[in-house]
Amino acid sequence: MRTDAGVERLLRDLAPQALGAVVRRYGHFDAAEDAVQEALLAAATQWPVQGVPDHPKGWLITVASRRLTDLLRSDEARRRREAAAALAEPPGPAGPGAPAAATQDDERVSGQDDTLTLLFLCCHPELTPASQLALTLRAVGGLTTGEIARAFLVPEATMAQRISRAKQRIAATGARFTPPPAGEWAARLRVVLHVLYLMFNEGYAATSGGPTSRPELTAEAIRLTRGVHGLLPGDGEVSGLLALMLLTEARRPARCLPDGTLVPLAEQDRTHWDPAQIAEGLALVAGALTSAPLGPYQVQAAIAAVHAEAATAAATDWQQILALYNLLERISPSPVVTLNRAVAVAMVDGPRAALDLLAGLEADERMAGHHRLAAVRAHCLELAGDHAAAAAEYARAARTATSLPERRYLEARAAQLAAPASAPGAARGP
Amino acid sequence: MKYLLMIYQNPVTWQATPETEKKAFMSEAGAIVDELMASGEWVGGEALGDPSTAASVRVRDGVPAVTDGPFAEAKEQVVGYCIVDCESRERAIEIATRWPDARRWGMEVRPILSPDGVEM
Repeated sequence: MRTDAGVERLLRDLAPQALGAVVRRYGHFDAAEDAVQEALLAAATQWPVQGVPDHPKGWLITVASRRLTDLLRSDEARRRREAAAALAEPPGPAGPGAPAAATQDDERVSGQDDTLTLLFLCCHPELTPASQLALTLRAVGGLTTGEIARAFLVPEATMAQRISRAKQRIAATGARFTPPPAGEWAARLRVVLHVLYLMFNEGYAATSGGPTSRPELTAEAIRLTRGVHGLLPGDGEVSGLLALMLLTEARRPARCLPDGTLVPLAEQDRTHWDPAQIAEGLALVAGALTSAPLGPYQVQAAIAAVHAEAATAAATDWQQILALYNLLERISPSPVVTLNRAVAVAMVDGPRAALDLLAGLEADERMAGHHRLAAVRAHCLELAGDHAAAAAEYARAARTATSLPERRYLEARAAQLAAPASAPGAARGP
Repeated sequence: MKYLLMIYQNPVTWQATPETEKKAFMSEAGAIVDELMASGEWVGGEALGDPSTAASVRVRDGVPAVTDGPFAEAKEQVVGYCIVDCESRERAIEIATRWPDARRWGMEVRPILSPDGVEM
């Protein structure tokens, strides 16, 4: 007998496939998404008790199709419009049969492609990143609105509104349930990967704090990216993104103390890194680096791989990391990349060279006043032996931090440098 | 990113405000709340009781001292707050700029620290 967790996993895997089948057959992405969500909720309560049906996907499609019919009928004026539209629409591959007539063949052929088409739709470039994330988690990830709201620490009504508005926006763009045209395909895939990247980062940051009952967005991002990798195994950037996620997630057990204090990479107990995730990530990086042209995720994954391969912080191959950051800055320049490159410059060419590089970022309005710039400058000043200036910079970084664990870390760093004789514990703020 | 928008008023000048003007103020603010709810940026917010009903609490050497009135004596006091979850600081400031109280008294926009963080 399956556990509830097993049912939940199964439902999340089937969610985009069921939604794809329903949308392809009946259109109405907005209402179909609601109908599938209701079918998922029904399954989540019934299956653990009554057992999983023989054809779980067919069950979801049938229940969602009936629900969709109800939803469309509920508004009389709308119903007439929908009926006319449904008649005008060409039948899907299964023919215009009744919902119950969904065949296994139909589901098998379409399910995988549908997931990708759904991702393209949910990550529509017209949506804000917050809307893309929310809609992707619900329509592709199969999470409930309540779960997504908890993940982002907002009320359920706020998240419901965000999702509903995102769907209205998609409808307003006239987007259809078809893959983007060949000319836009690559650019649209980049947006999808960026949304998955944001989902992972959101989840990774969340594992340091906040209520522990929050759904794990890192696991969700890895699961969805793994799905895209399965559909596009030859795409180096998809492999690179999956590798980057796995190599970053591998460090999770070492990145926080039990009290939530953040532990910087250089001070992490690397024996706590997850060896299985590192092995999978390294294998993906090895494969991804053979595909050309190289994209930013492949290079970032390669950088994460160099860290993962170092048994100790002192054994890190900083020459290699600097070479990779030089490459990353060339193919995907941004002030954040420059900031990270400065850390590698400090290790290879010394902290003064890094401080010169950081001086250039001060003029960049995207970076000036950002706590990470001050934190890296503080780190370089510390390496240069100027502890008083480093303490002042850490304190400045702490004041501009937007996260409580990061502020505490920076305050502790400032206190340690200001009073080097005091015990580390005593230096940490409340 | 979440922001706290603190609404400041001078209770004396508010009380002296004509009723029609008060109503216009309220409906103007209400329309912004509706708009923020529709956009999925509204997290929450409430109006507060008059500052004269506040209690300020300090505990020194284990002894609580409770005094009536707000913590800081000032003409302008916090009379309400909103929490919004929006794309940027600029957007939060834009919302505050439109609040009717900003025209007569003031609004304070403060970022709410995330409980989440990434090691460096």
